[in-house]
Amino acid sequence: MQKHSDRISYFVMIFPGLVLLIAFTFVPLFYSVIAFQKFNPALGIQNSPWVGLENFLYIFRVRDAQQVFFNTIFIAVMKIILLELAAIVFALLLNDLRYLHVKRTVQTMVYLPHFLSWVILAGILRTVLARNGLLNDFLGWFGVGPVYFLGRPDLFPWVIILSDVWKEFGFEAILYLAALTTIDPTLYEVAELDGANRFQKMWYISIPGILPTIVLVASLSLGNILNAGFDQIFNLYSPIVYSTGDILDTYVYRIGLIQGQYSIGTAVGLLKTVVSLILIGISYWIAGKFANYRIF
Amino acid sequence: MITSKRLQDRIIDWFIALFLLALGISTLLPLINTLAISLSERAAVSGGMVKLTPVGFNLTAYEYILQDTKFWRAFGISVLRVALGGLLNFALAVLTAFPLSRSEKAFPGRNIFIWMFVFGMILNVGIVPWYLTIAQYKLIDTIWALVLPGAVPIWNVIILMNFFRNIPKELDEAARIDGANPWQLLWHIYLPTSLPALATITLFSIVGHWNSFFDGLILMNNPDNYPLQTYIQQLVIADRPILHGGQAQLMVKLSNATLNAAKLFVAMIPILIIYPFLQRYFVRGIMLGAVKE
Repeated sequence: MQKHSDRISYFVMIFPGLVLLIAFTFVPLFYSVIAFQKFNPALGIQNSPWVGLENFLYIFRVRDAQQVFFNTIFIAVMKIILLELAAIVFALLLNDLRYLHVKRTVQTMVYLPHFLSWVILAGILRTVLARNGLLNDFLGWFGVGPVYFLGRPDLFPWVIILSDVWKEFGFEAILYLAALTTIDPTLYEVAELDGANRFQKMWYISIPGILPTIVLVASLSLGNILNAGFDQIFNLYSPIVYSTGDILDTYVYRIGLIQGQYSIGTAVGLLKTVVSLILIGISYWIAGKFANYRIF
Repeated sequence: MITSKRLQDRIIDWFIALFLLALGISTLLPLINTLAISLSERAAVSGGMVKLTPVGFNLTAYEYILQDTKFWRAFGISVLRVALGGLLNFALAVLTAFPLSRSEKAFPGRNIFIWMFVFGMILNVGIVPWYLTIAQYKLIDTIWALVLPGAVPIWNVIILMNFFRNIPKELDEAARIDGANPWQLLWHIYLPTSLPALATITLFSIVGHWNSFFDGLILMNNPDNYPLQTYIQQLVIADRPILHGGQAQLMVKLSNATLNAAKLFVAMIPILIIYPFLQRYFVRGIMLGAVKE
């Protein structure tokens, strides 16, 4: 008897969340059918003409879309590689530091950008990267002429990649710092008796110790390979650098919402969703198999 | 021999400390540059003379912002959004996570619900269908458009659910014997024992609401309804004059750059205020989550 009333209580608890989940995640799925229509907002979903796969075939024909696809993967992959490298090196050095005050101070400083929005950071970066900005002053000391970082298609992806590393490396390092604390201290003591210097200790003990975490992060990041960072690029790019800076999400926004080509925008979005779902499935599988990670 | 090794070790320690300090400081240089610009005089800013310290120190930009009604209306909308959204996120995270943390026997259907939420989390429908749905609900230009679509923080639900499941079963059973129902269990046992986890997810959801600009941009037709980040995005990044208001008359005394820098800084202040609390909690929270088992 009591069990039955318990079940009712549990269901009452989960009910609001369930309703919102359906309303804002599963209902929009239904709207995705406009990817197979020539959608006209005035006619609505019911009366818009069906076109089958025409929108998808269109995407594969236009050269824009191919370039956008390439940009997305290039930026996302380089971000993952450089961000993890920076975070690992930073965590190893910080872990090795014996002055606790310096450690705390440095941590406080490098975590901060993670909590600021890309709107704020883009506002700041636009000033810092300007022709007479801070970075060009710095480069000027080495005789490098003023560079217009945000207006050069060849440099723009690197500006995106490196500014993302700047924002996130400290925060990303927390994971590795946590992994480093689980390494058995006696290993270091034994290594010391054997005459290992601190770089040998890093190489033979610390790095193998955090290897499972590295594998985990790498396998989970596979699911994000089509997310190159909408907020960041949206707030830093301009038409001059569309050729190298446009990614799937910014492209969908411009095509779908700004130019009003709802069906094309939805088709690109749907394609991205399907590919992402598959990638996330694979990445969770790999993470579970090789790093023993389960989401619940 | 031993002393020289110690000396060498010391030198390396110093070198690492100095390198990391320099790295930390250089991480903050762009922020310091912006603060300096916001406190400098017009000529120095337009001449590109301001680096890390203000040139011709003055507070005119901040005085102007104090009287800028558009800025404060956007600020107020963001505060309202954080309050409403944070409260909803908290309540729904707890209410959803608790039943999901029970066993399949105690709550039949639990596994199906979990998969629905996990699927909902990794399924990203794309902005066009998302926008059309919210428009269909007639939420455009209301505060609810900013808080309802993300009201169930699924990732936080999973974190909390895992946290609840690790709470010792003995506590649960003892309360059961005293005749507690699920609501009492949640309120008297699970919530008080989960305070660090709850603090972490709440702080993260507050930061998330404060920082988001994109939903404000597409779900608000009337710029008067923009939250602060959207207002700043349109003003500083998209450079839409519509929002400048009386800024043009002020150009004699202030440059646009100074005023924008000051606005960026004021928008950062709430984050800078909660940052110390955040940092204390999340480092532990993330460590616990990362090294569990």
